[in-house]
Amino acid sequence: MGKTFTPRLGLAAAILAGTVLGGCAQQPKTLYQWEGYQPQVYEYFKGQSKEEQAQALEADLEKIRAKNGTPPPGYHAQLGLLYSSLGKNDQMIQQFQQEKALFPESATYMDFLVKNATHGASH
Amino acid sequence: MVRLLKPAAALLALALLGGCAGPKKNLDYTAFKAARPHSILVLPPVNESPDVTAGYSLMSQVTYPLAEAGYYVMPVALVDETFKQNGLSDATEISQVPAAKLRSIFGADAALYVKITDYGTKYMVLSSNTVVTASASLVDLKSGATLWTGMASASSEEGQNNNGGGLIGMLITAAVKQIVNSSTDAGHPIAGITSARLLSAGHQNALLYGPRSPRYGTD
Repeated sequence: MGKTFTPRLGLAAAILAGTVLGGCAQQPKTLYQWEGYQPQVYEYFKGQSKEEQAQALEADLEKIRAKNGTPPPGYHAQLGLLYSSLGKNDQMIQQFQQEKALFPESATYMDFLVKNATHGASH
Repeated sequence: MVRLLKPAAALLALALLGGCAGPKKNLDYTAFKAARPHSILVLPPVNESPDVTAGYSLMSQVTYPLAEAGYYVMPVALVDETFKQNGLSDATEISQVPAAKLRSIFGADAALYVKITDYGTKYMVLSSNTVVTASASLVDLKSGATLWTGMASASSEEGQNNNGGGLIGMLITAAVKQIVNSSTDAGHPIAGITSARLLSAGHQNALLYGPRSPRYGTD
């Protein structure tokens, strides 16, 4: 039976399947521009150079801005964490405030961190 | 013949469409839909594998699928640091911190508890297989209710077919793979796939889309 399979119909089925599959596979635009965020977080966890991580994230932030994109949740907070361990407190606070401005969902946590940083020195 | 093929093609098309259209739901999403969490606190994964690097490897890759699904994800490294500064470095201990305490510090709507059951490479004569398996549950930090649970696995052997090359070819492939698997952190990219499977929205029994996604409320 199968021998009589019409090539034209087979082709049509293949095209249909391709269209349908292609429709699924089509990558929608991502919500955020990720650049090296996750790899840099991994570097942090592995205890690699924080100076280099901060430089890499700052350089990627330029790329994100150039594309008019949005950095993902946690991006500015990660920079804040790096500046904190590099002793750059002003930059740390600035980054935490940017995280909060971009993602109000982070407000409670960012306020907690800023409060700890500004009052933490006294105890 | 054509008469037989037409319904077959239609069925094929339906099957394919079914694959990407609205997923069939087996899980009960009632609590999830009622809670509508906006932000997720991912707790450091409890690691039951022998590889001590598994937790950080997976945790560094959970943000992507969750954020792209439409949730705010608490900054994972910063969260880990906050626990450490409060004397908590053990994931099992952290998983016992009361929900109210987590909510007061982080302000997250929900917490994601993650457990890694497999992470690593098994070496055999002709093959080596890197597998990462993890499960997760999403818990509402206001009510304590479990909103969702899931499990996923990924393997370096997926989609590989041992065709051609004969025994010598297989031995060379095995040797090359062994070098790749031992010289680099072989589990890390596999953990990325596991994370995407476990925490992406839009497939059967997946997390629902979050408020920052244009697809929020469509599932």
